[in-house]
Amino acid sequence: MPERDGAAAGGGVARRERTGATGRAAGGGATPARVAVRKTYKLYVGGAFPRSESGRSYLVIGADGAPLANASLASRKDVRDAVVAARRAQPGWAGATAYNRGQVLYRVAEMLEDRAGQLGDAVVAGEGLEPAAAAREVAAAVDRVVWHAGWTDKLAQVAGSANPVAGPYFNFSLPEPTGVVGVVAPQSSSLLGLVSVLAPPLVSGNSVVVIASEDRPLPAVTLGEVLATADVPAGVVNILTGRTAELAPVLAAHRDVDALDLAGAPAELATELERAAAGSVKRVLRSQPEPDWHGDPGLRRILAFVETKTVWHTVGI
Amino acid sequence: MSAGAEHVVGAGHRTRSAVGDTAVAGPAHHPVVDELTASESALRRFLFGLPGVDQVGAESRVAALSTRSIKNDAKLWAIDAAISMVDLTTLEGADTPGKVRSLCAKAVRPDPADGSVPPVAAVCVYPDLVAVAKAALAGSPVAVASVATAFPSGRAPLAVRLADVRDALHAGADEIDMVIDRGAYLAGRYATVLEEVRAVKQACGPAHLKVILETGELATYDNVRRASWIAMLGGADFVKTSTGKVTPAATLPVALVIAEAVRDFFEATGRRVGVKVAGGIRTAKDAIRYLVVVNETAGDEWLTPAMFRFGASSLLNDLLMQRSKQRSGAYASPDDFSVE
Repeated sequence: MPERDGAAAGGGVARRERTGATGRAAGGGATPARVAVRKTYKLYVGGAFPRSESGRSYLVIGADGAPLANASLASRKDVRDAVVAARRAQPGWAGATAYNRGQVLYRVAEMLEDRAGQLGDAVVAGEGLEPAAAAREVAAAVDRVVWHAGWTDKLAQVAGSANPVAGPYFNFSLPEPTGVVGVVAPQSSSLLGLVSVLAPPLVSGNSVVVIASEDRPLPAVTLGEVLATADVPAGVVNILTGRTAELAPVLAAHRDVDALDLAGAPAELATELERAAAGSVKRVLRSQPEPDWHGDPGLRRILAFVETKTVWHTVGI
Repeated sequence: MSAGAEHVVGAGHRTRSAVGDTAVAGPAHHPVVDELTASESALRRFLFGLPGVDQVGAESRVAALSTRSIKNDAKLWAIDAAISMVDLTTLEGADTPGKVRSLCAKAVRPDPADGSVPPVAAVCVYPDLVAVAKAALAGSPVAVASVATAFPSGRAPLAVRLADVRDALHAGADEIDMVIDRGAYLAGRYATVLEEVRAVKQACGPAHLKVILETGELATYDNVRRASWIAMLGGADFVKTSTGKVTPAATLPVALVIAEAVRDFFEATGRRVGVKVAGGIRTAKDAIRYLVVVNETAGDEWLTPAMFRFGASSLLNDLLMQRSKQRSGAYASPDDFSVE
């Protein structure tokens, strides 16, 4: 399991003990010594897995206080690159049929299900849950994606309308994606919370730049790997790991970001972010206290990132 | 700096000594130019006496210069300098008077929301739209440049190409961007190319002449160096890399070779010839790299709109976005700037 190997990499003491143990085993002549394959955790930007432009990384500490792994410490320039990728990908994603978006999201759920074991281990290590509780968390996250996959081709019926007008016109209102949505993912619920804020903007055709939980980023890294193999077009989802207080203000002030979900921003930071977002008149969704991610998600997050387009059309000619 | 890079610089020095044999130092350039262009064989002897360009050295030199960090105040200066050096260009079959007029409005005041942005150097259009641009830019410091001489291929009889130039000048063009006959150059008819440049220069009169080499079609850096010399000997005020219609267009090594050529020409004759890079330059980062290369090769006397230009259209918006980022701290949106 990569997280465990990462623990060996991060903790000097643990690593020495492990090497020593392997060395003894090899000395005994039973099995040849094997060098642990340690994983390098990277960002997910534009469908690729780059290191941070800054070259920095930070130590991720598990729930039990032991070092888990090193993750990329993204910089403001990574935010910039992610927004460029998201902006480029957004028209294609919005232009895909609702049916197609649903299929892609459903495939994300399939791929998540395939990685349930790995994700469960990440949740156990990061959140300190019992394995059974972590498995329920993963199952809920998969179900959450399936639920949102179902909404892509139903949203227009629910959020749109045929409006009665006093004239010879048809008048329709349709939900359209807002554009590029910046998301500050929940800090404590590193998988279910992440999926619960990531899926809603995707339903209507937004592209997303998400700042993963600062202290528990590993499920987000794995989710990036899932998305890369799940037919999600490159750039539609971009995942950054790093310091929320460093990255979120850049995202909030970025003039090419259209909306902001502050789910994982601490209260005082959230206020600062709202102020920064006002400079470019972004839509801002602020939900404090943090919702219970196991509860019914409802349509609130989906509808927070749609714009209503109303069309007049002459009738009877 | 690598050994190869030193070799490139060294090549420039060798050129100077080669020219120095016949040169009389001083501002009067005629003796040198006359000497080198006295006959076709003299010209050919000179061109093939030029030292070869070390391709690997040139490329590693620009790669090293590209990593130079330009930050904060220096970056702001570079962005404003680059804006003032832009030849805002539209050379499409679909150009209309309306498009040219809106381009001119942008040239005079690139960012309507910020009056501190300098105007660009010139607007570059086809000859038939010069009059429109001239009227739209009346009273502004922005010049009107026109491509001429059967742009972009240059494949027309000399009389037709000269008529093209005269038309553009008659319509009010301040600067003429001519193309050389690459076919003649590649066939080795260097005197023909030289005569064409001279004839166009004569037709230009006081108007500035930029000579487009179309380096993407010249194949080698040696050819770029020779063609630069032919253009300068013919009287060019600027040596320009490309039309923008051929890929590859401007590249950093090509800019380096041309910058070396104008530097050597200045040292031989005392006349400063400008450099214009055109085609494929879309980001502020690219533009700053060119400024670094020219500064390090030719010198900071070339860092003015009179001596260095960018032929570009989309570059201007990226410069404006970077400028806004540099001033406000927030990354800018392309939606905040007009398309043309």
